[in-house]
Amino acid sequence: MPKIKILNKTGKILLTKTYVKNIQEIAPEIFTLSFPRTEDFRPGQMLAVALNIDEAPRLYSIASGNKEKDYRILFNIQSEGFLTPRLSDLKVGNRLFVSKPFGSFYGTNKADYWIAAGTGIAPFISMMKSGLGDNKTLIHGGRALESFYFADKFKSVLNNNYIQCSSITKAEGIYSGRLTEYLNITENLALDRNYYICGSSQLIIDIRDILIRRGVPYNQIIAEIYF
Amino acid sequence: MIKENLFGKTLSELQEVVIKIGLQKFVAKQLTDWMYKKRIRSFEEMHNLSKQTREKLAESYDISYTTSTSIQESVDGTKKYLFPVKPHQFIETAYIPEGDRATLCVSSQVGCKMGCLFCMTGKQGFQGDLSSGEILNQIFNIPEFEKLTNVVYMGMGEPFDNLDEVLKSIEILTSDYGLGWSPKRITVSTIGIIPAMKRFLNQSKANLAISLHNPFEDERKKLMPIESVYHLTKLLDEIRSFEFSGQRRISFEYIMFKGENDQQRHINELARILNGIKCRINLIRFHPIPNVPLESSSNETISRFQVGLKRKGIITTIRASRGEDIFAACGLLSTKELVKRQKNEDY
Repeated sequence: MPKIKILNKTGKILLTKTYVKNIQEIAPEIFTLSFPRTEDFRPGQMLAVALNIDEAPRLYSIASGNKEKDYRILFNIQSEGFLTPRLSDLKVGNRLFVSKPFGSFYGTNKADYWIAAGTGIAPFISMMKSGLGDNKTLIHGGRALESFYFADKFKSVLNNNYIQCSSITKAEGIYSGRLTEYLNITENLALDRNYYICGSSQLIIDIRDILIRRGVPYNQIIAEIYF
Repeated sequence: MIKENLFGKTLSELQEVVIKIGLQKFVAKQLTDWMYKKRIRSFEEMHNLSKQTREKLAESYDISYTTSTSIQESVDGTKKYLFPVKPHQFIETAYIPEGDRATLCVSSQVGCKMGCLFCMTGKQGFQGDLSSGEILNQIFNIPEFEKLTNVVYMGMGEPFDNLDEVLKSIEILTSDYGLGWSPKRITVSTIGIIPAMKRFLNQSKANLAISLHNPFEDERKKLMPIESVYHLTKLLDEIRSFEFSGQRRISFEYIMFKGENDQQRHINELARILNGIKCRINLIRFHPIPNVPLESSSNETISRFQVGLKRKGIITTIRASRGEDIFAACGLLSTKELVKRQKNEDY
């Protein structure tokens, strides 16, 4: 990975001006936002995004493949959030400021497990669209069916290795219960594989504790926390 | 109506407050004298303010302290205070006397969102940021206040994830209108949020401590998820490019984990990556916490590690374990209290 400069002298993340190419509400209060890709990136990396050059940016995992023309990010509206309510109001052509890709939550070619809930799915859709999905198992947690963003795309590549856990919806082919419950009871946890987890700190901590309790060595667990 | 607490506001913030309610700007300075220098806890006691001014302030504001609800004392004199912050939220503050020094370890957040594998505080998740007043309350409101020689921001939370409030609290500790402490008495510890670290270095003169714990990025990532976002090498590049002046110190915290980060290759890599940085490494014994698959290196290994680093020219100290019998450093008390309260609520 080339070394990139992401900070200026005062510690501000370096941002460049770009514009909205597409914005879509893919589920209630869940949006994808696309803008032109300017740099190569490795799936799993993130971008810092702001609406004004002088405000503190927020970090978002890239949710597009590394061969696509545009960057895409996934976000949900945080009602008291500083940025997401304003991001959701953006229209095609509106201005925004974006950093170069950075971070090292990289996908691999190995038969890893991916575990995510909510918008934590973003790095994994990027990895899959970048050709890293073939041998993966994705365990995806959500409340209702509409919470399984990109489910069709994951199903088409991962087939039976796409496991959905819904805490409130009962449907064929979906584990009825929380993601953490599934991890506690499933007999199909390979102890010799790497586990990539993305989500909130509480989700990461809960899942990591379960995996460790079930015998997965801690150094096979790689987490990306939504700070 | 819940009144806004003025304790913890900087002089410029207080000036805005007093002007907003139609008082003279100089009243703000009088407030800082009473709150921070004289540690007065009610407007009534502020004798050089007119009755009308005191009443006006008391209409909308207060300056009250929060007292600790629990104190644990170790056989070695270390004390751990538990302060309530909001309903069902608690923070821990550790008072650590040692010879002619008395250090207070303060929290900057309730819980933490950084998810470091070895940290008990992380297990309770993140519940909120502390205000500057809530940070300072831990300092001003312990019986040992007058004895304090140092304050370290190494309690619950990541200080650089709440930098605005941390910087305000440091301003009040170090400015003439506040306690007037030397910034050398203050150390802020971070896991390495680079943009915030650069801001801290530019806007404060306090010492910096970095939780390092493993010099190899791939290994550090598995202990500390922040490594996936802000790499250690970039962090160190930023430190190298900063001009440390005067007696401002930078140190690296290194918890010793048996078989994980205590080998010769770690010594070699530490020496390589810290080359050119005038610093100190503090080696710390790990105090086991529940459900964490890590053990502390033995005392012999830690001593050998220290010798190895010293041979490489790095000033290395072994931090004395303090308050082990009360788990002074690991967030157990507040986590236990949180669980207890949640259970009460559920039933």
